[in-house]
Amino acid sequence: MQWLASIGRNTIDTVGAFGRAFLMLLGAVIAKPQLIKNTPLTIKQIYVVGVQSLLIIVVSGLFIGMVMALQGYTILVGYGAEGSLGPMVALSLLRELGPVVTALLFAGRAGSALTAEIGLMKATEQLSSLEMMAVDPLRRIVAPRLWAGIISMPMLAIIFSAVGILGGHVVGVDWLGVDAGSYWSIMQSSVDWNEDVVNGIIKTFVFAFVITWIAIFKGYDAIPTSEGISKATTETVVFSSLAVLGLDFILTALMFGIE
Amino acid sequence: MSSRKVEIMVGLFVVLTLAAGLLLALKAVNQGMSNGAETYTLYAKFDNIGGLKARSAVKVGGVIVGRVDSISLDPDGYTPVVALKISQEYNKFPETSSVSILTSGLLGEQYVGFQPGFSIDGIADLGEGDYISDTKSALVLEDLIGQFLFSKND
Repeated sequence: MQWLASIGRNTIDTVGAFGRAFLMLLGAVIAKPQLIKNTPLTIKQIYVVGVQSLLIIVVSGLFIGMVMALQGYTILVGYGAEGSLGPMVALSLLRELGPVVTALLFAGRAGSALTAEIGLMKATEQLSSLEMMAVDPLRRIVAPRLWAGIISMPMLAIIFSAVGILGGHVVGVDWLGVDAGSYWSIMQSSVDWNEDVVNGIIKTFVFAFVITWIAIFKGYDAIPTSEGISKATTETVVFSSLAVLGLDFILTALMFGIE
Repeated sequence: MSSRKVEIMVGLFVVLTLAAGLLLALKAVNQGMSNGAETYTLYAKFDNIGGLKARSAVKVGGVIVGRVDSISLDPDGYTPVVALKISQEYNKFPETSSVSILTSGLLGEQYVGFQPGFSIDGIADLGEGDYISDTKSALVLEDLIGQFLFSKND
């Protein structure tokens, strides 16, 4: 009986959390747009969420491109196919690694910060104070952060892929001596704009939305104690990473699975 | 941090993204004839297309003049029909031209090799929707090996 009750309680809690998350989203997104008031707030958040994540994105993109070129080269050279290094690096970055690794890094770098910030605002009753002054915290705090996340992450992913391809060029062409012409030309003949680049960008928009939503909701819904905030921050990283990896499989199957 | 500095940094971020996007668009993606260039379509019937795919290249002497647009099966006769999109730049191929399915390298991808035929008076140029009658099918490695083994047994 105890066991059955715990299943029921968990289910009710989960469904309740989804409901609250959805209501928060509606409150933040659906309203009369106030561009003059909200654009500066959103730009400030793009700075916090996007620009400050730039360093980690560029460095990891560079190294992932370089490692892939190195690993790919040692395998491909055995078949005399080292010319295919370019498409290998470009396709894996544009289709998978760009969106997914950026999303995971974004969840760790920006998602956790969003949760901690909003959680602390709640714990120190800043959100309630805003409500007392008749300012809707969903509009003033949540909406700019949500939009900033959705705008910034695809931009970060594009930069990640481009830097990774350049990193692959550094290792493959400048160090290991693959012909520069074939690196670019075979890449060009096998990468398609709609098929590969646009599908990758669609993925990043989905990931950006999911991560930012989870991060903000976890902060907004956190138990207002130091323990509660720490738990919420952990859950943000865990849940959004799992969501990204799961969604990535579904999106890949939809986009590339069926010919 | 003053809001001016924030705005400058966000502007820099946007510019960086555009530069990265431009790099992907110009350096990493094929600007094939899919985007807008004038093309015309020719058709060719083959017995066997091997591993030919849509978007495979059509080459004349190694120069890409077009791409495979679509591959379908002719409803009467059940032979594969390949639609070739050729760049309008090359629109003076005579009707005696022939196409064959070739492989780049031993294990490379397959492409359509286009041999322009002789051109004398009375032979028209190939135009939109024409069928190329002189075709040579893909070389299927398994068939060759099969034939080789079969002839060995005699």
